Amino acid sequence: MLEHDVLIIGAGLAGMRAAIAAKANGANTAIISKVHPVRSHSNAAQGGINAALTDRGDNWEDHAYDTIKGSDFLGDQDAIEVMCRAAGRSLIDMEHMGVTFNRDEEGHLGTRAFGGQRRARTFFVGDFTGQALLHVMFEQLIKSGIQSYEEWFVTSLVQEEGRVCGVVALEIRTGQLHAIRAKTVIFCTGGLGRVFEPSTNALIVTGDGMALAYHAGARLMDMEMVQYHPTTLAGSGVLISEAARGEGAYLLDKNGERFMKKYAPNMMELASRDVVSRSEQTEINAGNGVNGCVYLDCRHLGEKLIKEKLSQIREIGIDLAGADMVKEPIPIRPGMHYMMGGIKTDVNGLTNLPGVYAAGECACVSVHGGNRLGANSLLDTIVFGERSGSHAAAAAGELKFVDFSAAAAVQREEQRIQAMLNRPQNGDRVASVRLGMGESMNRNLAVFRQKTGMEETVQELQELKARFAKVPVENKGKVFNTDLVFALELGFMLDCAETIAVSALERKDSRGAQFRTDYPKRDDENWLKHIAVTKGEVGPEISHLPVTITKWTPEERKY
Amino acid sequence: MDLTVRVKRFNPEAEPRQPYWQDFPISIDENATVLDTLIHIREMVDGTLSLRCSCRSAICGSCAMRINGHAGLACKTKASDAMDKDGMIKVEPAGNMPVVKDLVVNLDLFWRKIVQVEPFLKPQGPEPEAEYVVPNEAMMHLSGVTACIMCGACVSDCTVLEVDPNFLGPAALAKAYRFTADPRDGDGEGVSRERLRKLSDYGGMWDCTRCGECVQACPKGVAPMDRIMALREQAIKAGFDNNNGARHTEAFTESVGHSGSLNELQLPVKTVGITNIPALLGFLPVGLRALTHGKLPPLVHKNIANVEFVRKLHHKLEEHQPEK
Ligand SMILES: Cc1cc2nc3c(=O)[nH]c(=O)nc-3n(C[C@H](O)[C@H](O)[C@H](O)COP(=O)(O)OP(=O)(O)OC[C@H]3O[C@@H](n4cnc5c(N)ncnc54)[C@H](O)[C@@H]3O)c2cc1C
Ligand code: SF4
Ligand code: SF4
Ligand code: FES
Repeated sequence: MLEHDVLIIGAGLAGMRAAIAAKANGANTAIISKVHPVRSHSNAAQGGINAALTDRGDNWEDHAYDTIKGSDFLGDQDAIEVMCRAAGRSLIDMEHMGVTFNRDEEGHLGTRAFGGQRRARTFFVGDFTGQALLHVMFEQLIKSGIQSYEEWFVTSLVQEEGRVCGVVALEIRTGQLHAIRAKTVIFCTGGLGRVFEPSTNALIVTGDGMALAYHAGARLMDMEMVQYHPTTLAGSGVLISEAARGEGAYLLDKNGERFMKKYAPNMMELASRDVVSRSEQTEINAGNGVNGCVYLDCRHLGEKLIKEKLSQIREIGIDLAGADMVKEPIPIRPGMHYMMGGIKTDVNGLTNLPGVYAAGECACVSVHGGNRLGANSLLDTIVFGERSGSHAAAAAGELKFVDFSAAAAVQREEQRIQAMLNRPQNGDRVASVRLGMGESMNRNLAVFRQKTGMEETVQELQELKARFAKVPVENKGKVFNTDLVFALELGFMLDCAETIAVSALERKDSRGAQFRTDYPKRDDENWLKHIAVTKGEVGPEISHLPVTITKWTPEERKY
Repeated sequence: MDLTVRVKRFNPEAEPRQPYWQDFPISIDENATVLDTLIHIREMVDGTLSLRCSCRSAICGSCAMRINGHAGLACKTKASDAMDKDGMIKVEPAGNMPVVKDLVVNLDLFWRKIVQVEPFLKPQGPEPEAEYVVPNEAMMHLSGVTACIMCGACVSDCTVLEVDPNFLGPAALAKAYRFTADPRDGDGEGVSRERLRKLSDYGGMWDCTRCGECVQACPKGVAPMDRIMALREQAIKAGFDNNNGARHTEAFTESVGHSGSLNELQLPVKTVGITNIPALLGFLPVGLRALTHGKLPPLVHKNIANVEFVRKLHHKLEEHQPEK
């Protein structure tokens, strides 16, 4: 049987960083991913990665304060401190590995401004920073010779002797199921964007890890905190990076007014994302938009700057909306973008389950609290990817493999999958169930929320789950059966959706990304705390966890 | 708008194990990409259709395939642009790679070649405490190459790979250039001698015929051919000009003709006549290999009865070739 000291599920930035760290700490390490590592969604990050470099006169405390304020004081300050202190070293490490960061005139690393921060501390590679980092991390993965299972889809965890002791995975190319034994497992499975429709996220971002961990007994936290990005393209919902506003682009209503002056007179377009998205939605609802959109105007930035620093998003505008931002404003609107919540971990990536770690977007440390600052997520993946890799490797040194039967584990999973394939045709489709879920979430758990809407979604999710239990899988074959993969992913998504809706209903105040029209104020007295969900006998069980506050006392947020 | 997507299907689990074309008439939004049409088919019409796709925005590199005969990204190609006057779009898997199922190809060899160029920065000397101080222009120039998303579109349409699977190919060579052109890689002057030496071997930079197909196919403007030419310049500068590789290329280019265009390739064969063995012998074995590998399908498959003879001849020639 395949066995590894440390098994990392997910080969995005967090996963590969964790793998490299685990290997460097002497563990027999392997990484498993449902797509080839360089196809992972970390690719999509356009804007950049934050770090406060001291030789630039910046300091980690300022970065931490901006992050805490951005989080609407829900972020855990000890964790934020760890991240912001480590940022500089992590950034330089990435540069040494080969990332082609843009430079300033003197040849030092160059920066750009990003939302919610008082100084420019976002380092970048054109407007494809995520891709640049991801490919370099893959180069390092090759260099380190780590075992990599590519296009292997983890369908379930194996739990015996009170521990997660392995996984079962589907080798997509052959349709074969394999059991892999592991002393420690690190979830680096990314976000859950596709739970919403539309979303800026890639089609593979389906919350698998959060759902798998949840079923194994892990605690999910801050699940109500779903970031809507202010600039997603009309139609496809593809992202137009904050880099555009960082470089100076305007947001305009249908009359060409820069409406942000009403909402954030100081920071204007660069207020934090939750604030900008709400302002846009308010304008759109008041009839000041066009076809449910407002405009992003880059024309005054000039063709040269756009081509040099925003070429990729210009291309996206041309390809997907037929609009060239050099010549015209492009129609945009708020769209689901990022999951602040996830598998609750400590600052070393450890979850409440022994031997189980998590890092990256699927985890919740919580450094983002109620709202993530742009360019803090790549940083999160690198810093906590590395920490969880090292700690999991050290922990594995103290653990023994659990001797479970691979054949039995595989057989259980085979039977479950065969049962799905055997379902009779009933006219329903996986895609219709998914769409039903996505639209319901986007209707009731978006920028503005209220009780009855959210209850409606909880109800609809029950119906969708019932449909899912009977939905047929058309492709019965073994080789590259993407139909089956989608069906399995939908199961994960429905579980994630439910935890989001119940968490949002539980929180009875407005904070960060959650704005409740029925509780429009932030209420620190009662709700300055995390909401956590675990899987109970009949459904999700809610609990409350304290927010760690070290030296920054909560205050009102103004931009 | 209404259109028909003609998809080349292949299911290795079905009998007979033959690729076949299937038409899907659909109705879709004006702004739809070719990928949107395929997703629509997979979700709403036929769930057995397999393809890779993820980002929908030309960044993950999953969805390279041949659209109307040329490689490109399905998510970067507008359906309305790809449609012919009868509203038809022809979609088939990327070329030069074995098909796994439908539009999914096996990229194992593609990745092996990437690994072969040792794709990680190898600086000599101690690392600086802070970042390497290098000119922005150098980084901007490299970013033009690191923009490569490893989609394989260039490899799909490379005319040399079609006849010589040993060739590293445009993506791996562009990747190699990303390091040889990096001021941080190699010696103190930024010269990556060891890399350039290895890349000058058989199958390396000198085997490209400069047909330009990869430049056309690349959805990210990487222009692999230009990078290969830049590699050659670097190699010559570093003293690797007179080698087998260089000579091999010259011979190949001379006999097979520039640009890899299939018609040009047919010309010499047609002119001398397929039975004129002595004249054919004048052509390089590689040219003949092209023939036997079906690079000239109309000629080989339709007109020639004695293709087996040509193949045998070709094998004989291969046996008697001097060591490469
Ligand atoms: C459009 C866009 C732009 C962004 N821009 C920025 C930015 O400018 N700055 C910033 O800081 N952040 C940005 N973000 C956020 C950031 O990119 C992500 O949060 C981050 O990259 C997530 O990395 P990750 O390693 O956690 O997960 P991912 O990169 O998503 O990787 C997840 C991995 O898990 C694997 N996986 C998942 N499920 C399974 C399974 N069941 N079995 C096996 N493998 C599995 C996948 O194959 C993949 O390898 C952006 C996000 C989007 C969507
Ligand atoms: S230019 Fe060279 S590398 Fe590019 S397709 Fe032609 S032969 Fe291949
Ligand atoms: S060079 Fe261009 S076509 Fe080739 S793999 Fe890279 S992005 Fe794709
Ligand atoms: S879907 Fe990612 S490149 Fe086309």
